[in-house]
Amino acid sequence: MSQAPFGRRLLRVTSTDELGAYRVLRVADPHGPKPRAGQFAMLAAAEHWGGGREQRPYLPRAFSIARHSGGEAHFLLEDVGPGTKRLCELEAGDRLWALGPLGRGFTAPPEDLRAILVGGGVGIAPLAILQDAIAAPVTVLLGFRDRAHAQGATLLDSARVATDDGSVGHRGLVTELLASEIERDPCAVVYACGPAGMLEGVRALCARTGTPAQLALEAGMACGFGACFGCAVPRRGGGYLRVCLDGPVFDAGELERIDEHAGLSEVGQPV
Amino acid sequence: MSIRFCGLELAHPIINGSGTFDAIAAFRVFGEGLRGAFPFAAYVSKTITLEPRAGNPPPRLWEAPAGLINSIGLPNKGLGDYLLEDLPLLADMSTDPSGAGDSQAVPLITNVMGSNAEEISRLLEACDERPEISAIELNVSCPNVHTGLDIGADPRQLEQVVRAVRGRTGKPLIVKLTPNTADVALCARAAQEGGADAVSLINTLRAMALAPNPLSRPPRPWLGGVTGGLSGPAVRAVALAQVAAVAARVAIPVIGMGGVQSAAHARELIDVGATLVAVGTASFLDPAAGARIAAALHAGTAP
Ligand SMILES: Cc1cc2nc3c(=O)[nH]c(=O)nc-3n(C[C@H](O)[C@H](O)[C@H](O)COP(=O)(O)OP(=O)(O)OC[C@H]3O[C@@H](n4cnc5c(N)ncnc54)[C@H](O)[C@@H]3O)c2cc1C
Ligand SMILES: Cc1cc2nc3c(=O)[nH]c(=O)nc-3n(C[C@H](O)[C@H](O)[C@H](O)COP(=O)(O)O)c2cc1C
Ligand code: FES
Repeated sequence: MSQAPFGRRLLRVTSTDELGAYRVLRVADPHGPKPRAGQFAMLAAAEHWGGGREQRPYLPRAFSIARHSGGEAHFLLEDVGPGTKRLCELEAGDRLWALGPLGRGFTAPPEDLRAILVGGGVGIAPLAILQDAIAAPVTVLLGFRDRAHAQGATLLDSARVATDDGSVGHRGLVTELLASEIERDPCAVVYACGPAGMLEGVRALCARTGTPAQLALEAGMACGFGACFGCAVPRRGGGYLRVCLDGPVFDAGELERIDEHAGLSEVGQPV
Repeated sequence: MSIRFCGLELAHPIINGSGTFDAIAAFRVFGEGLRGAFPFAAYVSKTITLEPRAGNPPPRLWEAPAGLINSIGLPNKGLGDYLLEDLPLLADMSTDPSGAGDSQAVPLITNVMGSNAEEISRLLEACDERPEISAIELNVSCPNVHTGLDIGADPRQLEQVVRAVRGRTGKPLIVKLTPNTADVALCARAAQEGGADAVSLINTLRAMALAPNPLSRPPRPWLGGVTGGLSGPAVRAVALAQVAAVAARVAIPVIGMGGVQSAAHARELIDVGATLVAVGTASFLDPAAGARIAAALHAGTAP
């Protein structure tokens, strides 16, 4: 894993763009180390972080590094609460605090296996930098709620899309697309990130078909560097793993059943 | 700025709160260089128990107004593996507060918890044998299995327990008081009478949050451990009051903590009587918070 400089650093937003239901945030990080695909950063706006509704946000928030080029880090954001809302409001020239790159990233696929990238919602973010990092062609399957969210698919190349409402691509679950892909060509390795339900679907399918899989998990985090033990997910065989330190990318075999607290928060839930 | 505390020589008055900085994890994330440029003047371990503990089921965190409620549940590998695996990795830590290259050793303070005097005695005896450990902090926020009351919440029980275990170690013994009690100053006196060399406070305030989904009927607690402990800026005013009350009633040194985010906050705790100040939750926002606060204290600048 790429090691992070000790201490958070103050970075400047270079540009932001709307991408359907999401926001793309680009940040100048000339001195930051090059991240590995799957690593993340803890972000907090430099101004007006806190003091909002319920006096939140207070803690920094975790975001996958969606892309890294030319000394710029890109993030894909979805406004689901006070922290993401504040970060979505940032404009070019604004400053934010960043700590990272953090966590254990994806491991490159063996040469004889085709990589299938499976993303759900904002969980497509780490798959973009992964696609950049894999030289060989990959299969990309992405699931979204509706048309506005499905616009996020343009972050990756040649994605096949599924939507819950059928407004774009396959109507149904992205795991249905994955099942037929594995059936067609079982010599594959799966890389997945998305909501807990999707990850559990991928985990169960890959376990059944004997397909190796790397899953990028989420969990509520306070620190991102192994200090608080707050981001625990059950480890197969007992005990817990720290998502920020032992993950966020895990071999599917390391994990128990993935429940709601180990995936993206169920977006759109009333808070 | 060098400071003496229970016979230890510390580079500055800023240490970490137990359970809020995992040095071994930090070396993995930020590199081995951190070992020689440690942000704290002493390193306090997470609470260690006799047997391994997995910790509470998730979710373990809830963000409160300007604070954090945690129900981590004291996960740790247990005394045996802590001594065997962790202690060697914690050796050779040093800090260089001025950045001028005059680095100073970072002593190790091991925080332990047991549910009765016998368990605590075994923990203290084992720590006493290890030269790597400079002092022991006793977490008394542990329910007595018979009364259900936290050992540290009842002054009489606290004094008895501390007196019973005191002789098991010649190392400095710090009692980490619980704030969840009627009169924390009385508890601090009790710890002193029992033979403690220092007291530290505040630990987290017992707190609870309900799951945000209004559709869940009946309302259900958010945290896997049902209740948790509140820390961060939200508790700083409480910490100031409790540290002041305790420092006014005991003759032994006091380690103050609770919501410290800046050198000005640390200075306030020192002004009301703390010898050392611990930084906890603020490290989650920035792992270098402790170093920044120590440097600003040194320079006499706030924050
Ligand atoms: C490794 C990792 C990578 C991530 N990558 C991305 C990414 O690339 N893009 C992206 O948009 N998101 C990403 N996330 C998710 C992102 O971190 C969260 O959406 C964000 O933290 C939400 O913060 P908020 O303040 O906007 O919402 P919150 O209010 O924190 O709400 C989010 C959810 O948290 C729970 N919640 C509500 N209130 C509280 C409270 N007071 N305390 C604790 N929990 C509460 C609820 O389940 C709620 O639905 C990632 C998370 C992780 C761990
Ligand atoms: C996530 C977390 C874990 C903690 N774990 C421990 C622990 O293992 N033992 C202990 O004595 N105190 C523990 N504490 C309490 C802190 O050491 C400190 O007393 C408290 O958080 C108040 O300081 P703060 O507001 O600066 O965080 C923990 C606090 C937090 C937030
Ligand atoms: S977020 Fe703090 S340990 Fe993982």
